[in-house]
Amino acid sequence: MARYIGKEMSRVEGIAKVTGRAKYAAEFRVPNLAYGFIVSSSIAKGTIKSIDTREAERAPGVIRVFTHLNAPKFRNDPQDRSFRALQSDRIYFNMQPVALVVAETYEQARYASRLVKVDYNAEKHQTDTEALLASARDPSHGRGTRVRGNPEVALREAPVKVEAEYRIPIEHHNPMEPHAAIAFWEGDRLTIFDKTQGVYEVRRHLASSFGIPEEDVTVISPFVGGAFGSALRPNYYPTLTAMAARELKRPVKIVYTRTQMFAGHGYRPYTIQRVALGADRSGKLTAIIHEAVHNTSSFEEFDDNTTGFARQVYACPNLRASLKIVSTDLHTPTWMRAPGAVSGMFALESAMDELAYALKIDPLQLRLINYAETDPESGKPWSSKALRECYLLGAKKFGWEKRKFEPRSMRDGEWLIGWGMATGVWGAFQAPAAARITLRADGTAHVVSATSDIGPGTYTAMTIIAAEFLGLKPEQIKFELGDTRFPRAPLEGGSMTTASVGSAVHGAAMAIVARLLDLANRNEDSPLKGAAASDVELLDGRLQLKSDPSRYVDAFDLMKRHNLNEITETFEARPSREREDYAMLAHGAQFVEVKVHSELGIVRVTRIVEVTACGRIVNPKTAHSQEIGGVVWGIGMALQEATEVDHRYGRIVNPNLQHYHVPVNADVLEVETIFVEEDDKIVNPLGVKGMGELGMVGIPAAIANAVFHATGKRIRELPITPDKLL
Amino acid sequence: MRCELITIKVNGEERTLAVAPNRTLLNLLREDLNLTGTKQGCDDGDCGACTVLVDGRPVLACIKLAAQCDGCEVTTIEGLAREGRLDRVQEAFWHEGGMQCGFCTPGMIMSSYALLQRNPHPTEAEIRQAISNNLCRCTGYTKIVAAVKRAATFAEFTQR
Repeated sequence: MARYIGKEMSRVEGIAKVTGRAKYAAEFRVPNLAYGFIVSSSIAKGTIKSIDTREAERAPGVIRVFTHLNAPKFRNDPQDRSFRALQSDRIYFNMQPVALVVAETYEQARYASRLVKVDYNAEKHQTDTEALLASARDPSHGRGTRVRGNPEVALREAPVKVEAEYRIPIEHHNPMEPHAAIAFWEGDRLTIFDKTQGVYEVRRHLASSFGIPEEDVTVISPFVGGAFGSALRPNYYPTLTAMAARELKRPVKIVYTRTQMFAGHGYRPYTIQRVALGADRSGKLTAIIHEAVHNTSSFEEFDDNTTGFARQVYACPNLRASLKIVSTDLHTPTWMRAPGAVSGMFALESAMDELAYALKIDPLQLRLINYAETDPESGKPWSSKALRECYLLGAKKFGWEKRKFEPRSMRDGEWLIGWGMATGVWGAFQAPAAARITLRADGTAHVVSATSDIGPGTYTAMTIIAAEFLGLKPEQIKFELGDTRFPRAPLEGGSMTTASVGSAVHGAAMAIVARLLDLANRNEDSPLKGAAASDVELLDGRLQLKSDPSRYVDAFDLMKRHNLNEITETFEARPSREREDYAMLAHGAQFVEVKVHSELGIVRVTRIVEVTACGRIVNPKTAHSQEIGGVVWGIGMALQEATEVDHRYGRIVNPNLQHYHVPVNADVLEVETIFVEEDDKIVNPLGVKGMGELGMVGIPAAIANAVFHATGKRIRELPITPDKLL
Repeated sequence: MRCELITIKVNGEERTLAVAPNRTLLNLLREDLNLTGTKQGCDDGDCGACTVLVDGRPVLACIKLAAQCDGCEVTTIEGLAREGRLDRVQEAFWHEGGMQCGFCTPGMIMSSYALLQRNPHPTEAEIRQAISNNLCRCTGYTKIVAAVKRAATFAEFTQR
């Protein structure tokens, strides 16, 4: 029986956050700091003809102005094609850095940045994915092209079919914290405070860029003010910051402006999808054809596997799901919360709703008819799958049975009421991760791993797991992360941190137990003689037999008797071999009520019930917050978020929080999140699956389906703004 | 650029400082006084992360010049806890889970604190109005609204 896992706990880092003591990347105190400000290009493609920095250099406080003419070259790394700034006169995207002004104060650097004069040889650019469809190509990795059965023939012969195109605009993550770094050198050793979801990734990137050993780079990132994917890849400002610090022989800080973030870290790509579904008259799917195209940059290949998860949602013998990319003169896209999954499921789950109406079958019923009892892609059994329970519980909580099938059949005065639903899906990933535990004879433990906490509650979850398996109270545990001096952990992305790092913390705790047992059994009279490590547990300082707790050794006395003030164990957890025999996914069902103003086309999301099955829940308090946050991301994607590019100039025209609309509190009304726990012994020792991405996956489709139910209008292009409903 | 001498009371402590005319209150707090609890989120007055109290009223420090604050009393997130005890708003945000990444949290707390000072028993609509200038990208707001409600039910607000 778990003491802490599954119980609500307030965040262990909560006091630091409510008092302002939590230090984010830009907030470390470093003496003699200089401030860098990035000057951005005003064209999308071409070359720099000339750049005049004289006036900027004469401005008060300016220390140096770096351009491609005087900035040192970073080492070329064929394994790492990510963009590095100031390396040539070539412009690949609008708002690309063309100069870096470093000054004594932020204001001086920002002022002088406006005095840098750049002349360009502009070339004809193309930033519009729609205009480039003829050049769409397969990503070079060749993933996901396998065809199941014969979808074209099956579609042709299907008695009922639907086919449509769906569009998703470019979207930006817009975490509240702007990206920032502070770098300083001690000889050839670099220390950098950075906003990142993976300190080891940044370390590798910097070491490779400067041609120095990885051990000579320390990356520190204890708090991250939201990221959602925008800090997964090493962005171009850490190399710039470290370069300036090395050249000037003093610490340098660079903080993106909100506007610079729009060309500073990637975005959800512009995505066009075509879905064709065929079914027999009973509703059984006979064909799924799901094709996607999205943009990448001209200098780098990126794809978010748009149609990947959608292959595994429904039992259907004939399926083709593909993704092609086109090169645009924009910065490279990147992963953004629920990458690929939310885009692909918007199209597939909208199409399923269209099919339900073509068949005149209740949309929930249609999902149940096509429920995948085993993985349709691999044929393997699921490690666990409680999606049916999610559907049924969600429908009950929502009152789905009272829904009238016909569109425009429910009304509240001037407001048309619509009810929609959709399925959510995400992975149950685990990556190799390591953690180190030091148990002290005073009854406390120090636990470290170089993972990240971008907000989900990693500090708290790891503290809970360590407390559980060391048999200590959470307040006796100190967990630290975000530092390359700690054991290696994967990027905090893909909702795999608790599975990966949690398994490492669990493993390190087990190693501590084994070590203590070995110490105990060196004594001939040990009450634990003959016990294996798996037979014993630590609880409140006792190393005891699980089957008979009266047989125990006081762990801290034991350590003292052996003159040990502390014992340390490091453990690397890897995904088990057993996982390969199963298909593993996390699922959810979303039920949404919208009210659409009949005259004005305004959409209000008045009620959402989201039921999620993602294994075991470590901390319900933070887990519910994650799911609510995901739901609200889904609302933003469905109704508000769009990065607008003026293709004449190849430039983003709304790069700020005034014109890029993220949900505000008035957009969020009733949201209920429910977990259906799954007892999954396959995925990892803790039985946890991904949840952070999952929360948003079905929401945009569920909202679009509800809007159809309210209005009779099928909106296939996000966001669903009033103009599309008038 | 000529600096101006200003006298400003920050979290109860009076200071005389030389500030450049283009120094914002936000950068004065963060860079000169190392009070980094006040966050920089947009520098445009859009996100509310930099909310502090100037003479008791919530103000966006990123679009307020430091020189305009001569003779003013400024309260930041660092000034709320007294003698190691959290203010009730901080306590409520912590235990209600009214935060995730924590970056909007100081601004949210300052807006909520100001609300409860002028209106100890706000309705939900008044709470939502009071924090309408504060964006949060993580929590989806519901737990923040719940936190402010919870703070309002704690013992009567101690006037400072």
